[in-house]
Amino acid sequence: MSKQAKVIEIEEVAIRFSGDSGDGMQLTGTLFSDTSAIYGNDVSTFPDYPAEIRAPQGTVGGVSGFQVHFGHTRINTPGDYCDVLVAMNPAALKANFRWVKPDGIIIFDADQFDEKNIEKAGYNGDPFEIEDVSGIQVISAPISTLTKESLKDVGLDPKSILRCKNMFALGIVSWLFDRSLEHAIKFFNTKFAKKPLLVTANTKVLYDGYYYAETIEAFGSTYKVKPADIEKGIYRNINGNSALAWGLMAAAEKAGLQLFCGSYPITPATAILEELAVRKDLKVKTYQAEDEIAGICTAIGASFAGSLAVTTTSGPGLALKGEAIGLAVMTELPLVIVDVQRGGPSTGLPTKTEQSDLMQALFGRNGESPVVVIATSTPSNCFDYAYMACKIAVEHMTPVILLSDGFLANGTEPWKIPDLNDYPDIKVPRVAADTPNWQSYARDPETLARTWAIPGTHGLEHRLGSLEKMNLTGDVSYVPENHELMTQLRDQKVQKVAKDIPPLEIIGDEDADLLVIGWGGTYGHLVSALTEVRREGKKVALVQFNYINPLPLNTKEVLSKFKKHLVCEINLGQFANYLRMQFPEYQYRKFNKVMGLPFTVKDLKEVIIKNLED
Amino acid sequence: MDTQILNTEDFKSDQMVRWCAGCGDHAILSSVLKTLPQLGYKHEDIVFVSGIGCSSRFPYYVNTYGFHGIHGRAMAVASGVKTSNPNLSVWIICGDGDGLAIGGNHFLHLVRRNIDVNLIMFNNRIYGLTKGQYSPTSKLGSVTKTSPYGTIERPFKPGGITIGANGTYFARSIDSMPKVTTELLIESARHKGTSITEVLQNCVIYNDRIFADITDRDNRDDRIILLKHGEPMIFGKNQDKGLIMRNNRLAVVQLGQDGITEKDLLVHDAHCEFIGTHQLLADMDYPDYPVAIGVIRSFEGPKPYDERMEDQIVEVCEKSKIHSVHDLMYSGSTWEVK
Repeated sequence: MSKQAKVIEIEEVAIRFSGDSGDGMQLTGTLFSDTSAIYGNDVSTFPDYPAEIRAPQGTVGGVSGFQVHFGHTRINTPGDYCDVLVAMNPAALKANFRWVKPDGIIIFDADQFDEKNIEKAGYNGDPFEIEDVSGIQVISAPISTLTKESLKDVGLDPKSILRCKNMFALGIVSWLFDRSLEHAIKFFNTKFAKKPLLVTANTKVLYDGYYYAETIEAFGSTYKVKPADIEKGIYRNINGNSALAWGLMAAAEKAGLQLFCGSYPITPATAILEELAVRKDLKVKTYQAEDEIAGICTAIGASFAGSLAVTTTSGPGLALKGEAIGLAVMTELPLVIVDVQRGGPSTGLPTKTEQSDLMQALFGRNGESPVVVIATSTPSNCFDYAYMACKIAVEHMTPVILLSDGFLANGTEPWKIPDLNDYPDIKVPRVAADTPNWQSYARDPETLARTWAIPGTHGLEHRLGSLEKMNLTGDVSYVPENHELMTQLRDQKVQKVAKDIPPLEIIGDEDADLLVIGWGGTYGHLVSALTEVRREGKKVALVQFNYINPLPLNTKEVLSKFKKHLVCEINLGQFANYLRMQFPEYQYRKFNKVMGLPFTVKDLKEVIIKNLED
Repeated sequence: MDTQILNTEDFKSDQMVRWCAGCGDHAILSSVLKTLPQLGYKHEDIVFVSGIGCSSRFPYYVNTYGFHGIHGRAMAVASGVKTSNPNLSVWIICGDGDGLAIGGNHFLHLVRRNIDVNLIMFNNRIYGLTKGQYSPTSKLGSVTKTSPYGTIERPFKPGGITIGANGTYFARSIDSMPKVTTELLIESARHKGTSITEVLQNCVIYNDRIFADITDRDNRDDRIILLKHGEPMIFGKNQDKGLIMRNNRLAVVQLGQDGITEKDLLVHDAHCEFIGTHQLLADMDYPDYPVAIGVIRSFEGPKPYDERMEDQIVEVCEKSKIHSVHDLMYSGSTWEVK
């Protein structure tokens, strides 16, 4: 009989599952995260894969991790540091030890900590002597041996048996946090419907891991994280890339347009193209082009032909698309350019995150070449901003650059499935056949958008192109005054989008001295830091920008309410420079990190407090 | 199809044509204007797409939908137009620099995908719009502004590239043979798949008479061969020369000499899948051979990309349970918070 472990109630927990690429850590993490979400916790997750597809086994380069942060309160980030690290081998410990909280728990597969693996991980001695584990509860579990023992009579081959060891680990952690095993078992039954042996094996190992944890008395206590107070409704998990792809499809459906995506695979944006490629059932046309330039040019061709056209890419690809974005500016066609930012310059850090491309999105083209720039800020709101990017592109007849980043792209969170009726209509500025006196560059007086006459429409035959066009007629024109007029019109057209975007909202204390300013994917970390600072009784406010060009109409009004302005971003200060261009009357303090990683709430908290005092 | 009968005048745009006097482009425009009424497409269903270069002004001169893109990218823009709406008749206009230098990669992939578009390559072996630099089709040793001592680059041959990339259609004409050009363009429009028509075009300013060897009336018939599917390969002013295959190579023979008769000559099979002979024919050049004019290859084999795309959509739609974004959002694993 095991003695009843003490149950401790806590607000939130972060668990990092880590092991070799082949150890199934992504699945383990996902099952735990789904179980927690179904239980009613708020959840945020982040996978951390190696860049190499199959890095040498047992090395630090081959470590794959998955962090789950769940809580009784609102969870805005996957958590900087983890309360529990599951390390399936020494390399996993080596790669992740720095992220374990000083009073955390490490559960490791003792069987894998042999001399050979320890050396492969780059340790020259006992890892638990080399790393400072004082204060950390270290649980040594012979996971491999126990998995083999558990499945010795099931009738599986030895390789398949060892592949089940991740479920033993999941069993241990499930006991520790009082999680039901029901969801995982349901998953096995669906996933392995045609391989009943695997259902039996995985289920057995999972239970054995659970009972092992209960029996060994190594844990002084178990933890209970009560459900969060979450809005009622039907939920699902979603990551940023899927949400973004779905948002594009939702907009196409609402607008009654065919969605066309011309794209070239590039990390970390590829999954958007993949997600769209599956959706032939929603009549999405995906065109995997021969390069980034062909990706956007096919999209421009499709836009000319009347599709809702999109191209998806990351920083280096955006650089290649620059000239063609100018073509879309000149031809004033609707186009959404999705840039999932990553560490740069050049190939940089393809699998890591960075707010790298703000300046490139705003200004990275020849000539006066204004486009709308929008940034997403949580995995699930990638859906909303993708929808809005399409709406603006179509209604204002303009290219829109939609910035996401590697952190949002792969991060997941529970998403209350929205009612599409709540999304605004998209008015397509089509022209009827044979409209008398129609002119290709005549504009709507309100938005300055021209109209969209598509091939196949009788009586509206016209030519678009990269050369400067005469106002109204659209004929090629070198008239000096006309070029100036058209340059102004293209700029004003983009600025008029400001009327259609929501005002900035101040989060926190409107009467604070310090305004923390962020944009895009740093929202979760900034709002968490803000909450923690305010919990200490200090006054501080936050604004997070999603609309970058044009800026919300109340931007100046908001900035003017505060004495101090602190711009936090994952680059060397691109947004701060942009604000300085627009509102030079304020002094912008900056906090910047460029490590290929999201901010940590800990760093942000420190810098906010420091700036409150200075 | 339109019941209204359109004529050449219907397809002229109101724009002033701005090419140099004497430029071969005028003749090609006129051939195209004669072609369009014969296609059975309405005005509004025809789209001309171009890149950058002298020839790329073309769309402005045709009263259809048109798109003047950026340098080298016409093939990609047109691929997007056709994939988006396969009901359109899509034409690409490009030069040798636009199509084979900056746009070389797109050219190859257009041909590989076999999208049902028609490309006319105006090959003048020079960069005209930038005023006289060598192009990827300039002959080795060509003296131009950027090769004052002669080029040291071997040229591309558009036919060799098209057929080598497993293209399904390649034809060649000369600007000074407008009737032939029109015939070939009608043929190219009928072809299901990517059709490439190379038109040897004289740049009167920067590369004048570059094709004079084969185009001067006095010698032309002895130096070109007009290929017709199913007919023996005969040429010459007196129709007394022909082509045979000897030692795996083409050879020019004199009819009547060494007992050679018409029966010994190769018969042109433009429709076969095998690329070997087409490659040899496309490669022929004066003075060793006559230059081949006509449809060199027209293989109706693989379904065009745009059709396959439509087919796949129909197929997947029939099988799938997801018919709206709403269905998609509720598919897979969901849970209810009560």
